[in-house]
Amino acid sequence: MKRILIGGMVLSLGACGGSEEAGPEGGDAAAPAAQAAQAAGGGSVTGVVDFTGTAPVNPTIDMSEEAVCQRKYATAPTDPVVLVTDGKLANVVVYVKSGLPAGQSFPVPSTPAVIDQEGCLYHPRAMAVMAGQTIQIKNSDAVLHNIKAVPTKNRGFNISQPRAGMTTERSFTTEEVTVPLECSVHGWMHANVAVLSHPFFATTGPDGSFTITGLPAGTYEIEARHEELGTRTMSVSVPATGSASANFTFTGSTS
Amino acid sequence: MTALRPAHRVAFGGLALGLVYLLPIPGSGQLVYAQAAPRGKATYDKWCAECHGENGAGDGSAATSMLPRPRDFTKGVYQIRTTASGELPTDADIRRVIDEGMPGTAMPGWTARLTSRERDDLVVYLKSFSQFFSGPAPAAIAIGRAPRTSDAAVASGREAYTALECAKCHGEQGHGDGPSAPTLTDDFDQPIRAANLSASWNFNGGSSVEQIYTRLRTGLDGTPMPSFTDAVDANVVTDEQLWQVAQYVRSLSPREAPRVREVVRAALTDGALPASPDDSTWNVVERFWVPLVGQVIIKPRWFSPTIDGVWVQGIHDGRALALRLTWHDPSRSPDPAWNEWLERVAASMTTADGPNPTEQGSDRFVVQFPERITDDAEQPYFLGGDSRRPVYAWRWRSDSGAVSEVRGTGLGQFTPYESSSLTHAAVYDQGEWRLQITRSLVPADTTRAPVFATGRAIPIAFFAADGSNGEDDVRGSVSAWYAIFLDVPTPPRVYVAPAAAMLLTAGLGFMAVMRAQRRERTSRRSTTEETT
Repeated sequence: MKRILIGGMVLSLGACGGSEEAGPEGGDAAAPAAQAAQAAGGGSVTGVVDFTGTAPVNPTIDMSEEAVCQRKYATAPTDPVVLVTDGKLANVVVYVKSGLPAGQSFPVPSTPAVIDQEGCLYHPRAMAVMAGQTIQIKNSDAVLHNIKAVPTKNRGFNISQPRAGMTTERSFTTEEVTVPLECSVHGWMHANVAVLSHPFFATTGPDGSFTITGLPAGTYEIEARHEELGTRTMSVSVPATGSASANFTFTGSTS
Repeated sequence: MTALRPAHRVAFGGLALGLVYLLPIPGSGQLVYAQAAPRGKATYDKWCAECHGENGAGDGSAATSMLPRPRDFTKGVYQIRTTASGELPTDADIRRVIDEGMPGTAMPGWTARLTSRERDDLVVYLKSFSQFFSGPAPAAIAIGRAPRTSDAAVASGREAYTALECAKCHGEQGHGDGPSAPTLTDDFDQPIRAANLSASWNFNGGSSVEQIYTRLRTGLDGTPMPSFTDAVDANVVTDEQLWQVAQYVRSLSPREAPRVREVVRAALTDGALPASPDDSTWNVVERFWVPLVGQVIIKPRWFSPTIDGVWVQGIHDGRALALRLTWHDPSRSPDPAWNEWLERVAASMTTADGPNPTEQGSDRFVVQFPERITDDAEQPYFLGGDSRRPVYAWRWRSDSGAVSEVRGTGLGQFTPYESSSLTHAAVYDQGEWRLQITRSLVPADTTRAPVFATGRAIPIAFFAADGSNGEDDVRGSVSAWYAIFLDVPTPPRVYVAPAAAMLLTAGLGFMAVMRAQRRERTSRRSTTEETT
């Protein structure tokens, strides 16, 4: 009897080690490493994502089937695939692609990442979260939305939110760049969530700027990813304290 | 505890043996798997791979002629589950789909073809296609018992159906014709229909209130149908209301799945024939379900038809026959709202028979009869006849709204007559066509159209096409030959014969009595003579 119990415990411990992205050799080494990373993370990367050339024209959305949303727009709404303001590109996820110490684990941000459905569009359109981080999904529209995640490495979900004000929380367990979100009721609604194994990421706003903080000193490959325009990567050396800069440029058609 | 009687003991022993078999014995899981998986593979390769692909990716050789596509097992995403949205299915969930199939799709049930163990082995093998199954076994969500269905519950369910905006996809009457229906896609970017809720016999996962409620709670992963569990948890809808939605949805379909009968009975009325498809007379005329399947014989074939059956009703007054045909079609074609749908269908369906239509045509319906109704068993070819045995048909189109009488010598080879003796009217009502066609029993020209004689089986066959689904030309769905039987008016001899029989019997009886009395008188006289 005792032997079976012990066997069961060993088995369940083994299962934990396998499923979570804990440290390489058991949990004991990972915890101090995570603390160390937090303590040592005085470096940051800041930059701006520029856009040159002619931006592609975003398609117009026919929202006539959803008057509640259509009323929120003075002119016909467009699908914000590529958002350029004064030469700056929004909705670019910038993140550390490689260079972090192998096997090091980082604490999951305690604040949830929020995605809102408003005017039958997702806000933000692009974002990053850490694996295990709570994603809070809000419906600010007085219509039925369903939020459907279609990942490949994670488990997906498809949840209905029939009322304004409803919030739902979900998270992803495994690194995956990127997980598409969509609404089946409103086929034009799309968002992308990059799920990372660390908290070193940022998303550009309308001014194209971003800041990644809390990085330990080191040389990192930084990737800037846009859903339509693809990726740019850059190697950046980050000091123990202080900031390194990384500016990216995406190019449209040159005509 | 009372002692077990021998029979119980045997049963108990068997149960214990079964429990031992089910109990997870350390290390035995691997062993069972090691045996079941290769057996499952053998079954899979023989019966499943042609559609689902050798490696389970849903890419078998027959896949491109199917909508929805065969399941891609590598994703570990299953529609019919008893687990929460995003969870893996239980073994029993997978087994149920293998057993029962997915009605309304190309996936049949396998209970007749495969043994129970073969189906168990398949479950083991299917799971091996996805790495997700290496984790802990998923647990079914708790489903209570369905509350009693009542008119009040159904009415509340209708209110919740409206409040939850189910109609966005499923339509006001549940015919799968909501404003979002033309834009729906599945996880593989293939077009997918919002379920027609008035055909519960096609519900994947079953048609009981409990099963419908389970789908509401779990969603159908891989499809646009979301889970409402979070909405219940957030008190946006109560659990009771969700049950009522299930009860309302169930109420939209007949209590029993329609039974297919070979003969459509056209009753005789001594009143007036219905004037239109929405005439209240039709409410009391028996209806007959005739299933239709994709026309996959004559090129261009069509593997993904919209229309899977038609309700046929017939009534006559001894002078004319009226038929009402009612079928489900979520689009009144052509309709620009369905352009996107057609684009996706055209892109996803096989082009083995040439390019797929990219412009919406008309909705069409054809009712076929043999040009000549003979006593021999041979009918015209069910696909429009041929030159030796042509068909006489009624051809209706939604764009012109016209019905014409045509002579068919093959599907797509119809020659219209110059004049038509038909009267007709069609109604499109929220995902449903209702078409009434009336013709006199004796046509003006009996050489080119059959007489609809009462009291005999008249062959009848159907063809239907949804223009928004790319069903032009000979693309569409068809039935084999059925028969329509016009009730016989009661002839005068039915009333005369019993009276005559009665008279005859009475007369004969009278004669017998007279004779007997005479005989008695005679014998009495002779006796008297003897004694004197």
